[in-house]
Formats: sequence, structure tokens, C-alpha cells
Amino acid sequence: MDSTIAAISTAMSPSGIGIVRMSGKDSMEVISRVYRSKGGKKDIRKAPDHTIHYGYIYDGGECIDEVLVMIMKSPKTYTGEDTVEIDCHGGVLAMKRVLETVLKNGAVVAEPGEFTKRAFLNGRLDLSQAEAVMDVIQSKNEFALKNSMNQLKGSVHRAIQDIRGEILYQIAYIESALDDPEHISLEGYPQELQKIVDNLLKKIQKLLETASDGKMIREGIRTVILGKPNAGKSSLLNVLLGENRAIVTDIAGTTRDILEEYIHFHGLTLQMIDTAGIRNTEDVVEKIGVGKARDIAKDADLILYVADSSSPLDENDEEIISMIRDKKTIVLYNKTDLAPCLDMEELKRVTEKPVLPISALEETGIDELEEMIRDMFFAGHISFNDEVYITSARHQEALSQAFESLKLVKRSIEDGMPEDFYSIDLMSAYESLGKILGEAVGEDLVNEIFSRFCMGK
Amino acid sequence: MKNLTVTCDLVVVGAGHAGCEAALAGARLGLSTVMFTVSVESIALMPCNPNIGGSSKGHLVRELDALGGEMGKNIDKTFLQSKMLNRSKGPAVHSLRAQADKQAYSNAMRKTLEETENLTIRQGEVTGLLVENGEIRGVKTHSGAVYYCRAVVLCTGTYLKARCIYGDVSTYTGPNGLQAANYLTDSLKELGIEMFRFKTGTPARIAGNTIDYTKMEEQFGDERVVPFSFSTDPESVQIPQKSCWLTYTNETTHDIIRKNLDRSPLFSGAIEGTGPRYCPSIEDKVVRFADKNRHQVFIEPEGLYTNEMYVGGMSSSLPEDVQEEMYHSVSGLENAKIVKNAYAIEYDCINARQLNPTLEFKKIKGLFSAGQFNGSSGYEEAAAQGLIAGINAAMRVKGRDMLVLDRSEAYIGVLIDDLVTKENREPYRMMTSRAEYRLLLRQDNADLRLRKKGYEVGLVDEETYRKVLEKEALIQKEIRRVEHTNIGSSQVLDELLETYGSTPLKSGISLAELIRRPELSYEILEPADPGRPVLPWDVKEQVNINIKYDGYIRRQKKQVEQFRKLEARRIPENLDYEKVGSLRIEARQKLELFRPVSIGQASRISGVTPADISVLLVYLEQYGK
Repeated sequence: MDSTIAAISTAMSPSGIGIVRMSGKDSMEVISRVYRSKGGKKDIRKAPDHTIHYGYIYDGGECIDEVLVMIMKSPKTYTGEDTVEIDCHGGVLAMKRVLETVLKNGAVVAEPGEFTKRAFLNGRLDLSQAEAVMDVIQSKNEFALKNSMNQLKGSVHRAIQDIRGEILYQIAYIESALDDPEHISLEGYPQELQKIVDNLLKKIQKLLETASDGKMIREGIRTVILGKPNAGKSSLLNVLLGENRAIVTDIAGTTRDILEEYIHFHGLTLQMIDTAGIRNTEDVVEKIGVGKARDIAKDADLILYVADSSSPLDENDEEIISMIRDKKTIVLYNKTDLAPCLDMEELKRVTEKPVLPISALEETGIDELEEMIRDMFFAGHISFNDEVYITSARHQEALSQAFESLKLVKRSIEDGMPEDFYSIDLMSAYESLGKILGEAVGEDLVNEIFSRFCMGK
Repeated sequence: MKNLTVTCDLVVVGAGHAGCEAALAGARLGLSTVMFTVSVESIALMPCNPNIGGSSKGHLVRELDALGGEMGKNIDKTFLQSKMLNRSKGPAVHSLRAQADKQAYSNAMRKTLEETENLTIRQGEVTGLLVENGEIRGVKTHSGAVYYCRAVVLCTGTYLKARCIYGDVSTYTGPNGLQAANYLTDSLKELGIEMFRFKTGTPARIAGNTIDYTKMEEQFGDERVVPFSFSTDPESVQIPQKSCWLTYTNETTHDIIRKNLDRSPLFSGAIEGTGPRYCPSIEDKVVRFADKNRHQVFIEPEGLYTNEMYVGGMSSSLPEDVQEEMYHSVSGLENAKIVKNAYAIEYDCINARQLNPTLEFKKIKGLFSAGQFNGSSGYEEAAAQGLIAGINAAMRVKGRDMLVLDRSEAYIGVLIDDLVTKENREPYRMMTSRAEYRLLLRQDNADLRLRKKGYEVGLVDEETYRKVLEKEALIQKEIRRVEHTNIGSSQVLDELLETYGSTPLKSGISLAELIRRPELSYEILEPADPGRPVLPWDVKEQVNINIKYDGYIRRQKKQVEQFRKLEARRIPENLDYEKVGSLRIEARQKLELFRPVSIGQASRISGVTPADISVLLVYLEQYGK
């Protein structure tokens, strides 16, 4: 428990205020590096115990958020260690940035359940609570693991696997040559490895960029709203975004055809993607939009297909129905406020999906929709929603570590170090990437050596 | 009927490399020791390759020597050729390997055993163990004799229910046609010990005078030989050396093998034991590495007493006629006469997770085991375990703390931890990649790492230990001097830098910084370092390594600190894992099975996750109160 850990400790709700918590012996040091008081002169390390301070969190020269910082010194804290709580005001995105900033300045991402574990091990919890503590640790970890896998985009998962495979092969090659120098030679190898490492560094760099754009992780359920023009997609989106449902963020780079937004309700996060209407068209610009919609639908976790009950099914609807064939879909029988032209039973039959009558205009059926989504995805896991964001921070941390380790390999090669030194840092990189995939190292190396290289005797 | 009864302190079953070390350690530590062997002619026999050491195995021998074992001294007396492998690589992977004169090796070890006080060599087969209330009481022999004792070390090697196989011929013997031990397994099973069946193999031996060496590349030993033992006078090992020879298999060889695969007992299923992937038979190599059109073959002398040559790289269990054809297809072996066929051997061994890291059985106090019986392979792996088992048997009898080396202290520690913590499904071989702190566990500093332990145990004498302390002091003093010596540009230095292609100095720099330049070393910089004291070569070597790789060494030391914290968290012997709530079922089962001694060991068991470890820590916190 030498490290100083940090995590977002409130559920990631759009409530506006969220807390980033830090615990460990360097907490005061870390906060002093990122906190700036209004006058800019206060040394927060010298602040009296259990006091609250108004100010700002800075990442280098950039102001991240206006905050309240609570200083709590050991031992009278939840974990028994020096603890700092940062109340962020700028919503979810700001909270994430604040977390990233403290991580950059010496804290590490807390393991699932780690605050509770520390509290217990430091004698801050009653011994009779041990059972509960163990449950928290185990279930949080299980969820985090599952979550980590689910959240990772397929393409990112594959990219990391490939990088990892390449690294393992190189270690195995070096190690085989060390174990059996008379069979396997390392002549000319450092130059070759240098190229390979450069290439791997580039790949990880790219992943890191993706991660900081927030595009590596699927935060929330990727939900796509499909429907022919004028079916009522925009109205539905507006209803979902309305009143007590806030826009959490809008991702930069949205195209004119596709709008991405985060929606929260009752602890759920939906990433809404509204597409241009699907329409068979010769118009080039529109055609691109349609193609994109199709691609996005392919990647979606959930499709909300808005059908217009006031007009009959046409070729656009047929197109959409073919796209949703293997996807989790809720069909919305929209415009119940108008005279029906389309039979709901008919719609159920051709789509083979659950159909829900709504009126986006009159805002009826929306509660039922929320309930249906909940049932589909979140049975039991809602309270862990904050883990999603922590997972993303953990992934970034692990990627950065792998990046640093590979840079060390590069330096060892440039410095003309003997080959056996390369595998030390290659192995660290391999381990770091394994954390993202939830894979331990175990006997990987020995297995790789034996399966890839023919040893002597 | 009256049977012979004998009372002693320690019985060692087997006189191979593990048995010899165990018996010597026990006797030297004052235990009246009886060592059983099925044949006294087979003491310290090398039934497979004629060499000692090699990558990472050389480390084991150096460590064993530092602790007071015999193997290093014995090979120094009897080697035919010696090489430091990986010399061009980092110091952590330098490794000694010597070709042995097998007969001389065996004779020298036998002489040492015979001259050791408290040690009795006894030919005979041990057939059963006497255990009372979970404690060892003695052993029974085939003749009915009973040896009462306080500790037993089992070092049965490949002899338990041994079966040798080639083609469809199989004989129920140990290696080299020696008598197998067919009864002990059943006695062990009755005691509830879980057994495995493993397999290994050896190539043919060929008459040296029928080999055409002109078609092979000659392989020489090092010009200046480094002894294995820290106690051996380096001058005494500068002797004329014998050569080995390198040749290759070819497509014809591979065709012959492929054509006859159906006659291999490995592929027909006649062999049930699990073989090692790291020393595959030639037929295995041809099948698994089909894209390689040739494999190396090393022809190595078996000793000066014979012209038999070992055909390294071509172990096999193909039928006799195929072997004949196969060997003859190799360049230089066209007319070679086979003296002994290649064969595979199957034998019983234990699932080593039944052992504590002390090599004592968890369930039977006073019963220890070592070597191939524990599922390892290799002479060096066996000897290292034999030494530890012998030492700990003595500690048990004397009521003293047992010796456990951890993964950060020695390859021996890695070896034993792997054996007792991992699910080994094949004979275990030491490899340098298995040692995560290998920069610290070098063969050159084995004495600095382990002499103290050997001394505390009682196998290393006072004077030897004192010498290591002096060496250590000299090293530290010189490192400090070098770190604090600043040097500036001078004619001597500038010339030196130019000679070695090193950038000229712009300003003053510490001597240590210069040594860290890849193209320079402590030795090279001597002319530019007038304040340098006269130091023995091994001190200079340590100074150079410690300064040159300082950054890496410090990083590993930091990791070791972390590692030790987890090792230090002991788990109570009688912990009931059923009572640890929230452990996943898989973790619970594994922990129950392995019963790790520490949190560190628990974390290395496959199937136990970091979350399980956290849960366990929380439980232990509560348990301790």
C-alpha cells in the first residue's frame, strides 16, 4: 500500500458535481502539484486538517475545472491514509480530466474496491465487516473485468492482442537464443528489433490518441436511432434529451449527418447516435451519410428503429429492417397521436422485434422505453456505472506504461546494451498490455519458446 | 524370521546427482547417514548428456557450490572441455558448461562419498516407507531389512517403475539397463501421495573410431577456463581439452524419420508419459518444425575411458533399424557403428505441489524429496534440490530453522518455487527466462549471494566465509571510490577514448559515468585512473558489472523489495479456505490444493487472481485478531 490511489468516487451522473478521491501517503504532494487557489499563493500542503479549499485544478498551464478541495489527514479518514477529495463542478468530462491530471502527477488508478480494502487493512473498518469488504472487492473486480472486456472496442482489442503477440514473440526469440546459444543466433538482431519496436511504439501512440479522444472505450450503450426521413427521430432524441435528461457531452468531429450525444437517465448512460434518414438516393452527399449510418448501425449495442405509424412501410423501411436483423432492437411505433396507417402487429411480424407504441410529440411511452432498455442491459449492474470511467483511465495508464517500457527497450538498443537487457522491458510492456485484456502472464513465455523455437539437446 | 534392523539419522534413497548431494550435506552436518543405491557402480551416473552446466544450469551449479555442495568441485576435477556460454551477452546470462568424463566424474564422486564421515553407502532397493502419525520413522528394503531414521530424502530419479522403449521393444529397466525400482511407488500411493508418469529420452552412443570427423566442424573449449567451484584454484583447470564436433541432419534424415513415424511409440501411443518440450526427440523436431531443413547435431565424447560418442540433438525412440538408417544419413556418420541405441524412458514421479518450499512433504514430517522424482529434469536441477533437501533433513533432525531460498535470492529458489507452486505437466528444466530477477542472480556473484547461507547452515567453513566478507568489503570500497572519482581530459584518457571510439570529454566526469559507456569498461580505463588500488580479478569484475549496469540493477532491487513484502506475509498452515468468504470457487480449490506458505506464493498459483489475493489479505487481517 505504498502507492497513492485515485478514482472517481461518485456515480457518473449528470448531477453536475462529482468527487475525485485520492488516498495514500503522497496525496498532499499530488494535490499541491495540481491545485491553484484563487490568489494563486496558497500552499495546500500546509492547510489545516479537515478543511475545504476553493480553487482550480490545473493540468500544466491549462485550467481544468473550478473545484472545492477537501484535505483530510491520516488517520482520521475513511482509508486511514492521507486523503484528498476534489469536488468537481464541470460535469462528467471535467471529472475525467481531473482524474487524469492527478494520475499524471503521481497517483495511480485505484483497483476495484481498493479504497474499502485499504480502509479495512488500516483498521478503519470493524472486523465484523470483513465479509462485506471481501464481497465488495470480489464483485467490483468481476464487474470491472467484464466491463473492461465489453467496453473495449473490438478493433482496439485486436490491436492490443497483435502488439502483445509481437512482443511475446520477440522475448521468446531472445530467450531461446540465451538458453540455447549454439542453436539460435542473435546476430544482427538488435537492428531488426529496433525497427519492430519503432513500429510498436507508433501503434501504441495511435491507441493512446484514440484513448484520450475517449473513443477507445464505449462509454455507455452505443445506441443508434434509425428511421426513414420524417419518421420522428429528431423529436425522439429531443424528448430523450429533454428536461431531467441532460446532454453530457457532445463529441467533437460529429459530421453533419451523424450526431453523437450522451444521455443519462436513472444511472444509465446512453451514447445516442442520430443518423441521417435512410433513403435510397442518388445524391452523393446523402449517399455517404447513408453508408455511414449503415456502418454505425453495425457497431451499435442497441438500435431504436423509429417507424412512422402514419405511413405505410416503404423500401426505406425494408432497408432498415434488413439492417436490424441480428441486432438488439426496439421498434418504436411512433406518431400514435396520428391516425394509424400501419398495423402494429404487422410491424411486429416483419421485424421480429419488440414493438413499443410512442408519441415523441406528446411524450407518451417514453418511460416504458427506458424500462425496456434497462431490462435489456442492466439487470443488476446499474450501481457500478462509475466503473466504466475508471476502466478507461486504467486502460490509458496501462497503455502509457507499455509505451514507456518500449521506449526503454529502444534506449537499451541505442546504448548498445546486451540483448538480454531488452527482454526485461519487453516483458514489462507485455504485462502492462495484459492488464487491459485482463490476461495474466503465467506460462505464456515458456509456452511461446517451446512452440516457436526448436531447442537443442 | 529375523530381519536386519539398523538405526540412523538420515536415509537417502538413490545415489544420483540429487542423492549424492543430499547424503553429503546430511553427513557433513553431522547426521549418521545411509545412502541406498540399486548399484554402487551407478553412483553419480550421467545416463544422458556428458556435460554439466549450460545456460542457467551453470548458475545452479555455482549456487550449489557457494552453499557447500559438491557438484562444482567434482566437475572441476573431471572435465574434458569447458566453455563460458553467452560471453558476448550481458553478465546475467553468462553460463559455464563443461564436458565431463562420465566415468571419472562418477569415480571422483564415489571417492568423496566414501571418504565422508558419518556416511554409509548401501546397495539395496528401498521398497517401503514407515510412517507413523504423519511422521517418517524409517524405510524397508527388498530384503526385509528395516532402517529406522528421523528423516528420509527420496531421490529415485528415473528408476520408479522405469520402462525403456524404442520401436516396439520395451524393457522394464532403469537407464542403461540398470535395475528398476518397482515397489516403492505402491508404498507411496498407499500413503496418499499423488504420482505422475513422465518421460524423457536419450540419443544413441556411437563408436568414435567409426566417425568421419573431416565432415564436421570442430568445437573447442575456452582458451582460459573458469572453474565451476569458488574453491577451485583457477590454475588447476588450465588443462589440455578434448574437442566436440558439429554436424547436421538433412532432408534425407528427415525423410527417413517421416517415413517411419507410424513405427514410433511416441506417435502410436505406446508411450503414455509426458515428455519435455524443451528437449524434443529428433522425430518430434521433424514433425513440429517441419520448415527446418536441417538440425544441429553435436558429437561429444563420453570420456577418456571409452571411444563412445554422444550424438547430441538426436534423441529418439524409433525402432533399431530406423535408428541405424537415420544416424547413417547424417554427414560424417555414414559408416558409424552404434554402440547403444537411443531410447525413451518412462518413470514415476510425484506431483511436487505436495511439497513445501523446504522440499519436505506437507503431509509427512521428515520426508523430503529431490530431483527427477520431483518432476524436474537435468543433473544440475537434481543436485540443487538434493542439496536443499539434505540440508533441510538435517535441520529437521536438529530442530533448527530450515533453509528456503526465495526467487530473488537464487535460481535454486526459482527452481523449487516453480516446482512446488506451478502445475508442471512435463519434466521441468531451468531456464534463464524463469528467473525474473536474473540481473541480480548472476553466476559471477553466487558466492556473494549465498556463502553466508552456507555458513549459517554449517556447510561452509569460517575461513571461506570470512574471505567472501573481505571480497564484499573490497568491492563496496572500490565502487564508492569510482563513483566519487572525477576525471578530466588528459592525454592518456583522450588517446584511450579515441582507441575505443568513445566521444572525447568536454568537461570533467565521474569515472563511473565513463565506465557506463557501452564501449568502455572498468578494465579499459585503468591507465587513466592513477588512484586505482591493486585488486583481485573477481573484485574488479564485480566493480565493473555493478557500475556498468547500475540503473538496471537498482530497478530490479526495487522490484525485489515489493516481492519480499508479499513473501513475508505468511499464511497459517491450518487455514481453512472454506471459511474465506467471497473467494471464487476456482481460487478456493487451488489454494486448498497447493496450501501456499505465503501471500507471495499464493499469488503465483495459476487461477488465483489479484482480487482473490486482496480477499485473502482482508481475511488474514481478521484472522490474526
